[in-house]
Amino acid sequence: MNTAFLTVYWRDMIRFRRFKPMLFSTLVQPILWMAFFGIGMSSNFDRFSQFVKLPPGIESVDYLTFMAAGVIAMTTLFTSLFGGISLLFDKRWGIMKEMLASPMPRTHILWGISLSGVTKALIQAALIMSFGLLIGVKFFSGYSAVEVLISLLGIAIFVTVFSLGFLFLSAGITMRLESMEGVQGIMTLLTMPLFFSSSALYPVEGFPSWLRAISVVNPLTYLVKGIRYFAIGEDFFAMGTHYTYSIYDVLLSLGFLTIFALLTYLFAWVTFRRAVVT
Amino acid sequence: MNAIIEVEDLHHSYGDFTAVNGISFRVHTGEIFSFLGPNGAGKSTTINILTTLLPLQRGRVRVNGYDVRKEKKRVRESIGIVFQDEVLDGDLTVWETLEFHGRIYGMPRAERRERIEEMLKLADLEEKTEERVKYLSGGMRRRLEIARGLMTRPAVLFLDEPTLGLDPQTRYRIWKYIEKVNREGTTIFLTTHYMEEADSLSSRISIIDHGKIVITGTSEELKNSIGKDLIYLETVNKEKASQIIGSFSEVRGVRDSLRGLEVSLEADGQRFLPRLIVSLEKEGVEITSISLKKPTLDDVFLHYTGRELRDEGPQGKKVAMRRRRGR
Repeated sequence: MNTAFLTVYWRDMIRFRRFKPMLFSTLVQPILWMAFFGIGMSSNFDRFSQFVKLPPGIESVDYLTFMAAGVIAMTTLFTSLFGGISLLFDKRWGIMKEMLASPMPRTHILWGISLSGVTKALIQAALIMSFGLLIGVKFFSGYSAVEVLISLLGIAIFVTVFSLGFLFLSAGITMRLESMEGVQGIMTLLTMPLFFSSSALYPVEGFPSWLRAISVVNPLTYLVKGIRYFAIGEDFFAMGTHYTYSIYDVLLSLGFLTIFALLTYLFAWVTFRRAVVT
Repeated sequence: MNAIIEVEDLHHSYGDFTAVNGISFRVHTGEIFSFLGPNGAGKSTTINILTTLLPLQRGRVRVNGYDVRKEKKRVRESIGIVFQDEVLDGDLTVWETLEFHGRIYGMPRAERRERIEEMLKLADLEEKTEERVKYLSGGMRRRLEIARGLMTRPAVLFLDEPTLGLDPQTRYRIWKYIEKVNREGTTIFLTTHYMEEADSLSSRISIIDHGKIVITGTSEELKNSIGKDLIYLETVNKEKASQIIGSFSEVRGVRDSLRGLEVSLEADGQRFLPRLIVSLEKEGVEITSISLKKPTLDDVFLHYTGRELRDEGPQGKKVAMRRRRGR
């Protein structure tokens, strides 16, 4: 088997470790979200939601726990969307020429970069969960050790598939553009609607129908669903909304994310095949 | 002789701008072959097609016996490239740079590690193994790039303007290094717009201008093709001077050149020059200036293209700009 993609991965991880400011911000940013946005919002939202009548005997999941899943999803989205940008530097410093002129199949460049993006996303997800548990996020409450392990695996699978989808998209877009400004512009333009039309921070049940329609095709919605299923459970109340997930919902969500990743892979594959860099 | 690169009737255009306009040549195994020409002449475009970075539009190109259109992977395995612009990741160490290259070329680990040691020695970078590339000097970086190009034992090494932007001393060291590499058996295809570079390194040279090969041969052949010695002469009365000079049997030809007349000689110019001056003065032709020299590749270039190699002029710049836009 040709393992050239591992070489591309190896180099990208060296750069990740070596750029200390980048490494620092990658690791600290999600924690800051939890610490500031999470605690700030939850102290307010929990005050409001206590007025919502719940069936007797049921306790609502607090906001911090609810949004922790959303922060994992959001961080994965950001990291993945911007994950392809290192290709722009490779184009600018010419390393892309070195790779394109080598006998290595071009898809290996794509796989190497994507693998490194997934690694970063998984590290961040682990950090958010660890820090979250420290500040009072009630993930995996009442789970046995085996259930925790299965849940962690489930979350990792969802994060990986989702992350690949957006890394392929990001790599494809970056390969087609020349300037940093262009790439950043497009990525920023994409993140806003994706993020706020999803269920990451609040229930989509209260959305007007047009926004709801967007949330239905938004991959982020499905990632959040998967994480909540594994981290919180299949039946819970949060922010005055009753959430029930069946195993079919979860598999369907994973299926949606897989199809999304396949489509973006196709897009990136075509782009890489045709790419001419001189 | 064995041809390791065969190019027939190669054309390439960027939009409506023709960068390469029907060139054919062969590079023999073991030689250093140079493309000499001004910026925008089509040198880099040719090298990019030969190294599979640009798709072949028209013509036939074989490298190491493989077709660049159909057997890209084989071609890529056969060659090493040193690009015109620096292609280095400044944040990797020297060792990592070579390791990365060996791995994407699929070299097995043991061979790779051994070869890295050899390359570090060849490039005289053994002391710098763990140094980040960005802290190396310009000359060291170039040597590292050349070592990297050689690492996979390519049949042909492509060098696109290998000494562009280096100071004369470093340039000289790089030349010695290229000669050493060639002596050890690597065929080298080189592009340059430095006449001295083509002259001192090459087995054979193609002069290229406006996407066409003007003439090909050894440095000696090219120079001899325009005469044994050259006299450049400036005078007000070009026509009369030309007539008188043409009547000597030692004179091979008289041409209008940029500032006066270019006289090519069959005989030794040092003995001929005094006689020429005397006879011109006798006929009343006033000489503003006169110089005698052995032909250089610059003269060869001037002779065949009517332009000086160093003189890019507004036209040269325009071509370079269009090329950049085309990319």
